[in-house]
Amino acid sequence: MSGSTVSTTRPARATAPGGPAAAPGRLRRTALDAATSTTRVLLYYRHSPGLLAASLAVPVVMVVLFGYVFGSAMRVPGGGDYREFLMPGLFAMVAINGITPTMVGVARDVDRGATDRLRSMPLSRFGVLLGSALADLLIGVAVLVPLVGVGLAVGWRMRDGVADALAAFALLVLFRFVMTWVGTFLGLAAGSEQMAGQLAVLTFPPAMVTNVFVPTGGMPGWLRVIADWNPASAVVAACRQLFGNPTAPASAWPLQHPVVATLLWSGLLLAVFAPLAVRKYSTHGR
Amino acid sequence: MSQLSGDQLAVSAQGLGKSFGGTTALDGLDLAVPAGTVYGLLGPNGAGKTTAIRLLATLTAPDTGWARVAGFDVAREPERVRRSIGLAGQHAAVDEGITGRENLTLVGRFHHLGAREARRRADELLERFGLAAAGDRLVRGYSGGMRRRLDLVACLVTRPPVLFLDEPTTGLDPRSRGEIWDAVRELTAGGSTVLLTTQYLEEADRLADTVMVLDHGRAIADGPPGRLKAAIGTRVQVVVDDAGQLPAAAGVLAAVTGGEPVSDRDRRQVEALSLPGREVLLPALVRALDAAGVAARDVALRTPSLDDVFLALTAERQAA
Repeated sequence: MSGSTVSTTRPARATAPGGPAAAPGRLRRTALDAATSTTRVLLYYRHSPGLLAASLAVPVVMVVLFGYVFGSAMRVPGGGDYREFLMPGLFAMVAINGITPTMVGVARDVDRGATDRLRSMPLSRFGVLLGSALADLLIGVAVLVPLVGVGLAVGWRMRDGVADALAAFALLVLFRFVMTWVGTFLGLAAGSEQMAGQLAVLTFPPAMVTNVFVPTGGMPGWLRVIADWNPASAVVAACRQLFGNPTAPASAWPLQHPVVATLLWSGLLLAVFAPLAVRKYSTHGR
Repeated sequence: MSQLSGDQLAVSAQGLGKSFGGTTALDGLDLAVPAGTVYGLLGPNGAGKTTAIRLLATLTAPDTGWARVAGFDVAREPERVRRSIGLAGQHAAVDEGITGRENLTLVGRFHHLGAREARRRADELLERFGLAAAGDRLVRGYSGGMRRRLDLVACLVTRPPVLFLDEPTTGLDPRSRGEIWDAVRELTAGGSTVLLTTQYLEEADRLADTVMVLDHGRAIADGPPGRLKAAIGTRVQVVVDDAGQLPAAAGVLAAVTGGEPVSDRDRRQVEALSLPGREVLLPALVRALDAAGVAARDVALRTPSLDDVFLALTAERQAA
């Protein structure tokens, strides 16, 4: 299909465009594009601080609802305070909830042509997605910090030292990062903001069939298997262990080795969804 | 600021084709757009205009044929094509939640301009396109016309030699449309090559040096708007006082134009399109009507619009 001999007027070669003289190297370009992409998302939040407040409002309402309303009738099987049992679950909820805004934001970009505009530019597609994932990670941290304050106020404590606590926070941040890639892929797959909004509701049940609010031990057998092997349950169990908070007795392997399980799940999900998202982004509309 | 000299092709394509599922969106498009000109792709929804733009802007890979933009092959050198183009899609692809200035600065940064250079360029463009006062407001508060203008301006940050504008004024009110036209003229005055698509024939007529009419993924005509219009005759309309005189008026029109008059009793109007090449002069027409005893209330000669061209071309194809 080469056509260089078809046209009599030889197509002109453009000299370097008026802007940058030379293309930066591949790695540097990925980093630059990631940084710009991060800025883009953060600017959006800076102009709409209400979005951040809304992200925080949900877990705070959960603290009241579950910590005090339902929690008044809850007993943790292994013993211990229910609110101390609950808080690591809510921290993990913040990580899981990273899916929704990412999904809707990505789909909105597709809807409004912003994705096409970006794809018509000479930039690293991986860098663009990485940048928005990093921005979302920062947003996650910004929601987590005040929630930790709320937790401390209702009696939750980090009982196993600074190193373990930092490890727990690191796992939470990692999991939020992983969920962002899942959200990016789902948003691109949804293809429209409306569809993404409806898919977002479907992420609610998988987030609930976990050990976030109650131990999995009391669930019927089939549901318990799902909850035990839910990646989110591993994150919650890992946090409970590292913070030294009450944990329910567990028989499933991921809940017996929650830190390793969280790392394995994260690695697996990242290895599947990050390439899928980049691929979907690059070939969108083909 | 074009980096291409005038006798070269900014965009060329041969046999460009694309299907989605079983639907053929584009069926063997040939294009030759000289550098520094405005080329209009005309056609109704589904004619293949957007697909053509998406193929040329490297957003979609062609199934058949090849295309070169600014001298680079879209399939083999997409990265270099992307360095040479600006794309304004069908929707204003600007970010609503941030300011106009931030939008432009981000585009500069995505093109790897330094932070200071990106800001300077944003300021300069906002000033030049009358958006300086609104530059620090959120785009959410912009009018439809301002958004489109910002979207156009976003293509210009790196002064690309080739610009693709996909239906730049669809859905805008007439005043905003005029503003966009001015902005496009401003771009081309700088020597850029513009390939635009539109459903509005008036728009192609006003802006384009050359137009191509697309229908069902195929080119059905191309050339300068004036030549396409010359291929269609002059449209003649006569309005009479008394509907009873319509047949007499139609007879005069048939004789003068050589075409087939169409009468509209409700509007007491008869209309005909002259045969191509046949000159119709107003004084001769009035004299002929007078001689036939027709009391004409209104007589109009109208050079055909591109609408007429389009309707004539598609009718021809349907008849064939």
